[in-house]
Amino acid sequence: MQSQMPLYPEQASNFAPQVDNLVYFMIAVCVFFAVVICAAVIYFIFRYQRKAPDEIGVAIHGDLRLEIAWIVLPFPLLLVMFGWGAAIYVDYRHTPTDTLDVYVIGKQWMWKLQQPDGRKEINELHVPVGRNVRLIMGSEDVIHDFSVPSFRVKMDVVPGHYNTMWFRPTKVGKYHFFCSQYCGTDHAVMGGWVTVMEPDEYAKWLSGSSGSGDPVAIGQKLYSELACNTCHLPDGKGRGPSYNGAYGSQVKLADGSTVLADDNYIRESILQPNAKIVAGYLPVMPSFQGLVTEEQIVDLTAYIKSLKDQPPPAKPGAAVPATGNK
Amino acid sequence: MATTELHVPSGEKMPREHYLNATYGIRSWLLTTDHKRIAMLYLISVTFFFFVGGLFASLIRIHLLTPGGYLVTPETYNKLFTMHGVAMIFFFLIPSIPAVLGNFVIPIMIGAKDLAFPKINLLSWYIYLVGGAFVLYSFATGGLDTGWTFYTPLSSIYSNSAVTPAVIGIFINGFSSILTGLNFIVTVHTMRAPGMTWMRLPLFVWAHYATSIIFVLGTPVIAITLLLAGLERMFHLGFFNPAYGGDPILFQHLFWFYSHPAVYIMILPAMGVISEIIPTFARKPIFGYDFIAASSIGIAVIGFIVWAHHMFLTGQSTYSAVAFSFLTFLVAVPSAVKVFNWTSTLYKGSIAFDTPMLYGLGFIGLFTIGGLTGLFLACLGLDIHLHDTYFVVAHFHYIMVGGAIMGYLGGIHYWWPKITGRLYPEFLARIAAIVLFVGFNLTFFPQFILGYLGMPRRYHDYPPEYQVLNVMSTAGASILALGYLLPMIYLTWSMRYGKVAGKNPWPATGLEWTTDSPPLTENFVETPVVDWEVYDFEHRPELGLRGAIGKKPLPTHGDD
Repeated sequence: MQSQMPLYPEQASNFAPQVDNLVYFMIAVCVFFAVVICAAVIYFIFRYQRKAPDEIGVAIHGDLRLEIAWIVLPFPLLLVMFGWGAAIYVDYRHTPTDTLDVYVIGKQWMWKLQQPDGRKEINELHVPVGRNVRLIMGSEDVIHDFSVPSFRVKMDVVPGHYNTMWFRPTKVGKYHFFCSQYCGTDHAVMGGWVTVMEPDEYAKWLSGSSGSGDPVAIGQKLYSELACNTCHLPDGKGRGPSYNGAYGSQVKLADGSTVLADDNYIRESILQPNAKIVAGYLPVMPSFQGLVTEEQIVDLTAYIKSLKDQPPPAKPGAAVPATGNK
Repeated sequence: MATTELHVPSGEKMPREHYLNATYGIRSWLLTTDHKRIAMLYLISVTFFFFVGGLFASLIRIHLLTPGGYLVTPETYNKLFTMHGVAMIFFFLIPSIPAVLGNFVIPIMIGAKDLAFPKINLLSWYIYLVGGAFVLYSFATGGLDTGWTFYTPLSSIYSNSAVTPAVIGIFINGFSSILTGLNFIVTVHTMRAPGMTWMRLPLFVWAHYATSIIFVLGTPVIAITLLLAGLERMFHLGFFNPAYGGDPILFQHLFWFYSHPAVYIMILPAMGVISEIIPTFARKPIFGYDFIAASSIGIAVIGFIVWAHHMFLTGQSTYSAVAFSFLTFLVAVPSAVKVFNWTSTLYKGSIAFDTPMLYGLGFIGLFTIGGLTGLFLACLGLDIHLHDTYFVVAHFHYIMVGGAIMGYLGGIHYWWPKITGRLYPEFLARIAAIVLFVGFNLTFFPQFILGYLGMPRRYHDYPPEYQVLNVMSTAGASILALGYLLPMIYLTWSMRYGKVAGKNPWPATGLEWTTDSPPLTENFVETPVVDWEVYDFEHRPELGLRGAIGKKPLPTHGDD
């Protein structure tokens, strides 16, 4: 816990020291300029204070060399700030491959989180220290934002697609997380705690769970309940493409382009099936908008993900001509 | 301390006939086409909205004294900060300097009898009133809880408050801005007096020219954007709600395409005011006139291509984020050029600390802090941590309150003798300026730290470790409130009891100071001819000042 009035937030992730170092640099530069300007103003107004009521100042209309100097000289400093900031940002956006994936669903006004093994939490997130964690985040209603000040991470959670962010907790402890995008009445209490644990304690915590079920199994069950299986046959001979080996691959579309089959693509294909048609298939799938919840989409995605190591069908959709009505 | 009161002969009398007493009766005001009377109508209406917005702000600050949020319910709190933002931004800050001070002095400054389209000018005010009425109706019948940013789909679908009348009101109000901008542009192009060349225009006029470009080009975008959100709300047309096939991020692009330039609508006119005040009270030409004029246009142009820096966390592409970050850093250049030039103008001046100058000097300090903290938010790596925290709240209040409102009050004090013909009590006014400066910093500086510590904005409740800084901020706000009440009282008092000011009490060099205070309805008895350079004290013997220090008086041009 922190003191009564801390001056900087705790540093509890890989990003925190990076961000703080840049902040210190920026503060130094900005304080320098602010002090120079204020000192000049204060010196001038006292040094050149009016002595007689009808006195006028010395007419100086400008100086081209000075103008050029103060346009050109601060420019390298601006470039350093911009470049340094951009470098950190690229780091934020460049997710490592070995992440522990946690699904986050925001809704007015609570957070539902799901660990890779299906353990669900509400307004709590448990993560192991030292491990790269990726949050895959969707919203059921309005725009939310998941932020952890002690990790210096924050990302909008936007309805309609997934946003992801990653971090590596570096310090065991309990930290606030907040909803940072105004989302209606109880926005201010739509938050909770991130608990960073030693890896073995995290494993113990996971195994002690009552278990809300394996997401792959739930997804597989939904897959038949929603009758996905009548069209999406494993051999690709159905009216829809096979899921085998699909996740993470580049999918060829009817319009000749390709798209990476990631979480966002799967989500979109369930809710707006006609947005991207796989080459060789017709736009015949109905939308499941309103028929599945965000959490069910997460489970379906988990099931489709589990099939990624299955061998894909040799020649998809041979029976259907590639020219659809779209 | 040096003052200029010696320049007002005690026997000064009010002119026999002027715009205030030319005609009488309520109709003569409500149907007036005199830009000066319309400016007064605007003065009354924006002051009303300022105090409405200020009342909401006071309640917000009192509520935030304690964590836990005991004073008002979450619903009420959300409505308070939304209505504070809507009243202040759309109905006070945007029209304040242009529609009050710009309206009053721009025609006189360029030697014209009125704006190019006097009737359209009056129409602008009525449109503003109708827009304002819709918004007040929204406040009174359910309030508004979307945030002034109206982000979808919260505003278009989920909010239960009176969103529809509010967006209609802002849509209507937009036409008022567009017409004012159009009027200024045409006036500056076509109505300048003989000899008033572009490079002799006061910088206040340049700043308004730049502002008008934004009015005309930007306002239609916000108007149509809010209308689309309203249509989605009323008729469930899918523009922004993903459930209807819309894109919520599209709204943000359209919204900020106007609303970022709108920040420059608020600050550019204030910079124009400061560029008038500083030469007057340093009694010398402004340093780098052409650079200050060009930087206004530069800010207006670059201001249009930085909007997506409000959206670094929406999931936009990294390339786009990097590009917008870079463009945002570029705005720092013309802004810094202004600050450096104002500071240099003080060098070898003859500086007096009259009230407008106190606002001018305060503006330089506060705008410097506001501008420099903007660099933190432009910086991609830092924006992730600081976005949507109190750091942002502090930053934009330094620009909008520390900058725009300080500029507005400075301008009101500077032109008050011209507007009313009378002086306000100088000592009281200086006290108020200092109280405002202290109160402002105490209110908003702690919020930078709060934001860095991670306190999100728009929170009716917060963790207890943020309390100390919140208490400091509320303490500052009570000082600030006093600072705003004082001018309200003594300015009203001075309209009747203030000492008669005469034509040119400071004295200053602009054309507006060559005519009566208050001016005639036609502004000038005959069209003035300008044969002096802008902000020139050296060649203006009629100002009654001794020649430049160490120089003998130069031959005069012998005008009236």
